[in-house]
Amino acid sequence: MREHTVLRVVVKLLIAPILIFALYVQFHGDYSPGGGFQAGVIFAAAIILYALIFGLAEARRAVPPGVLRVIGALGVLLYAGTGVYAMLSGGNFLDYDYLAHDAVHGQHYGLLLVEFGVGLTVSSVITSVFYVFAGRGRRREQS
Amino acid sequence: MSLATIADAFFGLFNYWIVIVLMMIGFYIVISHDNLVKKLIGLNLFQTSVFIFYISMGKIAGSTAPILTEGDEAVYAHPLPHVLILTAIVVGVATMALGLALVVRIHEAYGSIEEDDVLAADFETQDSEAATERARQRSAEARQQAGARDDADDGHRAGGERAADGHGDERT
Amino acid sequence: MITQFLSQMPVLLVVLPLLAAPVCVIVHRAAPSWFIYALTSWACFAIAFLLFVQVRIGGPISYVLGGWPPPFGIELRLDALNMLVVLLVTGIAAIASIYARASIAAEIPRERAYLFYAALLLCLCGLLGISITGDAFNLFVFLEISSLSSYSLIAMGAKRRALLSAFQYLIMGTIGGTFLLIGIGFLYMMTGSLNMADIADRLPAVSDTRTVEAGLAFIVIGLSLKFALFPLHIWLPNAYTYAPSAVSAFIAATATKVAVYALIRFLFTVFGAAYAFGQLPLGEVLMVLAVVAMLSGSVAAIFQTDVKRLLAWSSVAQMGYIVLGLSMASATGLTAALAHIVNHGIIKGALFMVAGALFWRMRAISINDVAGLGRRMPLTAAAFVVAGLALIGVPATGGFISKWLLLEAVMEDAHYGLAAAILVSSLLSVIYIGRVVEALYFRDPADNDGKTAEAPVSMVAATWVLVGASVALGLYASPLVETAERAAAGLLGSGA
Repeated sequence: MREHTVLRVVVKLLIAPILIFALYVQFHGDYSPGGGFQAGVIFAAAIILYALIFGLAEARRAVPPGVLRVIGALGVLLYAGTGVYAMLSGGNFLDYDYLAHDAVHGQHYGLLLVEFGVGLTVSSVITSVFYVFAGRGRRREQS
Repeated sequence: MSLATIADAFFGLFNYWIVIVLMMIGFYIVISHDNLVKKLIGLNLFQTSVFIFYISMGKIAGSTAPILTEGDEAVYAHPLPHVLILTAIVVGVATMALGLALVVRIHEAYGSIEEDDVLAADFETQDSEAATERARQRSAEARQQAGARDDADDGHRAGGERAADGHGDERT
Repeated sequence: MITQFLSQMPVLLVVLPLLAAPVCVIVHRAAPSWFIYALTSWACFAIAFLLFVQVRIGGPISYVLGGWPPPFGIELRLDALNMLVVLLVTGIAAIASIYARASIAAEIPRERAYLFYAALLLCLCGLLGISITGDAFNLFVFLEISSLSSYSLIAMGAKRRALLSAFQYLIMGTIGGTFLLIGIGFLYMMTGSLNMADIADRLPAVSDTRTVEAGLAFIVIGLSLKFALFPLHIWLPNAYTYAPSAVSAFIAATATKVAVYALIRFLFTVFGAAYAFGQLPLGEVLMVLAVVAMLSGSVAAIFQTDVKRLLAWSSVAQMGYIVLGLSMASATGLTAALAHIVNHGIIKGALFMVAGALFWRMRAISINDVAGLGRRMPLTAAAFVVAGLALIGVPATGGFISKWLLLEAVMEDAHYGLAAAILVSSLLSVIYIGRVVEALYFRDPADNDGKTAEAPVSMVAATWVLVGASVALGLYASPLVETAERAAAGLLGSGA
């Protein structure tokens, strides 16, 4: 799709707002509808859109699969780590009350961290799944 | 049963009827279709019907979305089924991704995603393997009897059989 | 700090594997991943043992996740029943960690080994989660975690048929999981609760409705698909045959057992024996299916030439014993079922480990391939003989204890036909185990290169640990039987 100038310009304009909207859904997830799953999927959608228009190789250069693997694992670690941190400060697993000096702030931090972990993992896993499927067909055509 | 009660059972519970219809369509596709991708689509439909089932369970007549607004006295839909189904949707997505990945690999290994073709290829290998095994069993028994008299030429015969056994089931 | 650690032990069983899996993905190398898996599984085993002692002394433990009290939040609940299962799962996982290194190095490409260990850790996390959770929906989620990871583990098998087996397992397993989800939905609809103990409290008031009956049916069928009760066992022989050896050993020993545990938990704790077996004819249905499974599984096993497939069909038969025990809903029957869950887990784990060791040596696992290996791999072959005897139920092995209990339970209810079926099935198992043993010892090897090479020490040692455990449970059965009795009494007491 390299030759479609209209598509390329429109996509270039769209990608930044999509990414920002993903971040908005991510970080307002504790007050309004949204959260890690939704934000992760929206974020991944932006990367996939980029790959569709500019080609898989370009997208792989911008967001390498190896990085995605690490980020996906880090997201799970962040999620579980928040729970473990609560355990280390004297509460039960994922008891957000123990994350800060008072319960309200604790709940707030807990939700943000856990949702951020979910968002990281979801966006990187969805993108990885796309890379794997898209790359597979291409390799067959070449061989 | 009067017509009114029948109509009520049908239209009053229409969401559950939709759930049942979707579930049966999905289930039927899983059972009847040969194409592995279509099977997965059926499976997904089957799961989706259960999601709708849960969500309609949480609906309260005249309720709004469970979002807190200032000074609000509204009746909320029950949010818990929504949360549960969010989890189940993620499970469904993971199942779908894994299933499709398996289909891609099956296509690479067998060159087809029709279950009949794949099974036929499997049965072929299985049959030839079984035939080889039977032959080996017989020759082993014969050797066992001959072995009492003479076990000199064993290695010779067995070597040939092992070479004949090497037909390709190994994935490339 | 120590008291904090002790109070957090229940959740650590789930959290440790969950934390270790992404670490495996990050380190990306085979050897460190194996080390992380070994460390985690042994730590879980140690924790399980401590918890087992704690439950034994102090009674059931309840752990509240996230500071939300039980009927609302997720509760982990540990009692005599699930500690038995947790001990089995963590024990097998720990011993499999010794075994897996050499076996996996031979069967899975080095660059993908880290994914294998990550998936195995997630499977362990899911199985432990099912065992300890007190929340019905949480159980579904953990069941799907363990199932999804086992589909991918099976698909890592070397032959291309592993892919189709994994796909068939995925289709059947997902239908089973979704059935369970529907069943839990029905229960939630009628009781408005997801906590198992809370559902059990609220259920008697609404138990006469069609909704609850349908919920019971969906849950029983969904879980039966997961543990391959006849006639829902079609996926099992292929999945166990084509999976990598270490996976066959781990999954055969744990996954089906945990699914049976889940069924026992639902039937006895949530629905109550009086409802499921008294008001509804579930006992008779399960009994018939169990007997058919016992006989058909054993007969099918006799006609297999592939040793792993033979063992897989024998698993179908052995699940029949377990279901037969629980279908009688008597204290003795339930004790027999629980004891057989543990014994069969250990025995089948050992047998699949032997099969893996033979495969390691021969690169093939048909009966003709393993012929004559008795002299070349004496320790491995001997392990097969002892574990095979345990599977048949020869005295002084664990298998004897649970079969004896099962016979006792059957005689208690004067079901002489069932007793005959158990004996016939045991005789059939003599035939199929005998075929392999005959090939191992009384036939000449297929190739005459004459190498006497054992499998690596780690594989043989792990196999013998399980074989030893099985013999130990046969000679010194009282701890297991006593624990199973306490668990059975607890289940029937809470159900009444």
